[in-house]
Amino acid sequence: MLQCHVKGCNANNFPLELQEVVLEEQEAELNEDFLRNMLGKLEYEALVATCLKLNIQDLPPTIPEDAAYNDDFLQKLHHALLETHVITGKMVCPNCQHTYVIRDGIPNMLLAEHEV
Amino acid sequence: MSRPEHLAPPEIIYGGDEAKKYTANSRIAAIQAEMAGRALELLNLPEGFPGYILDIGCGSGLSGEVLEEAGHIWVGFDIAPAMLEVALEQEASGDLFLQDAGQGMAFRPGTFDGCISISVLQWLCNADKASHHPKQRLQRFFSTLYSSLRRGARAIFQFYPENDDQIQLIMGVAVRCGFEGGLVVDYPNSKKAKKFYLCLFAGQEVPGMQQQ
Ligand SMILES: [Zn+2]
Repeated sequence: MLQCHVKGCNANNFPLELQEVVLEEQEAELNEDFLRNMLGKLEYEALVATCLKLNIQDLPPTIPEDAAYNDDFLQKLHHALLETHVITGKMVCPNCQHTYVIRDGIPNMLLAEHEV
Repeated sequence: MSRPEHLAPPEIIYGGDEAKKYTANSRIAAIQAEMAGRALELLNLPEGFPGYILDIGCGSGLSGEVLEEAGHIWVGFDIAPAMLEVALEQEASGDLFLQDAGQGMAFRPGTFDGCISISVLQWLCNADKASHHPKQRLQRFFSTLYSSLRRGARAIFQFYPENDDQIQLIMGVAVRCGFEGGLVVDYPNSKKAKKFYLCLFAGQEVPGMQQQ
């Protein structure tokens, strides 16, 4: 859901590449209506690619046609989106290479003056 | 009355101890929750619709709690690390980011179904550093916010405007960035209870976009 926001970095600035990641799983209540809402907004390919890098391999490569009412798929999407948290790591912009550091689960999105 | 935004930048004012005090003060917490509830009401989301909501200046997560109780999933950012630390301690349910609203935001287009912000907007009108130009920061803020919202989504800002000029400045920039909207004033005749809510609409709803 993130792209690079360094000034002038407007193309090929998504998805940010996760590196040196430590993951944590936190159980969350399944909310199917919320997931259905998200289906229309997801950039699914980017999500799958990011998940694969993190060794989360249970999402199908393309979104199922019956995704909105496919319980098995929704459960997997729920796990990837809401139960998997990056605790530490880096997000690197594929275009300008700006690195956003994640610490305690909080990405630092602050830019230096010359990047604004 | 002294205004905290005139004393120092927010990340200093709400550093360490102040962040904890601010959150532990039950009167402040109650007012924050009430304003967050009102902002949520003004978002006017469909009944029973679990939205993906952005909380700008989420602090320790007081307003996020209100969103969570209403069944929404929220994402929050704040410029004060100490506030975010308190949010972590309190196991806030939303995803948190350390971010300066005046630098704009990095969310993908159309991500959020709505946005609330409690007591933050007036900070953006300050120039805390020589390199800060309030108008430019507002411009960057509203243009990136506009893009991160789903078409037809609303953004509701409770804020403490200093004067009419400040309201005009904020509205002017928001409109130039594509927003429509206006100001809602609660308890206009009470000096103490008077509250300003800037209500912005991000364009027209695209039919069929909202729910599958
Ligand atoms: Zn970049």
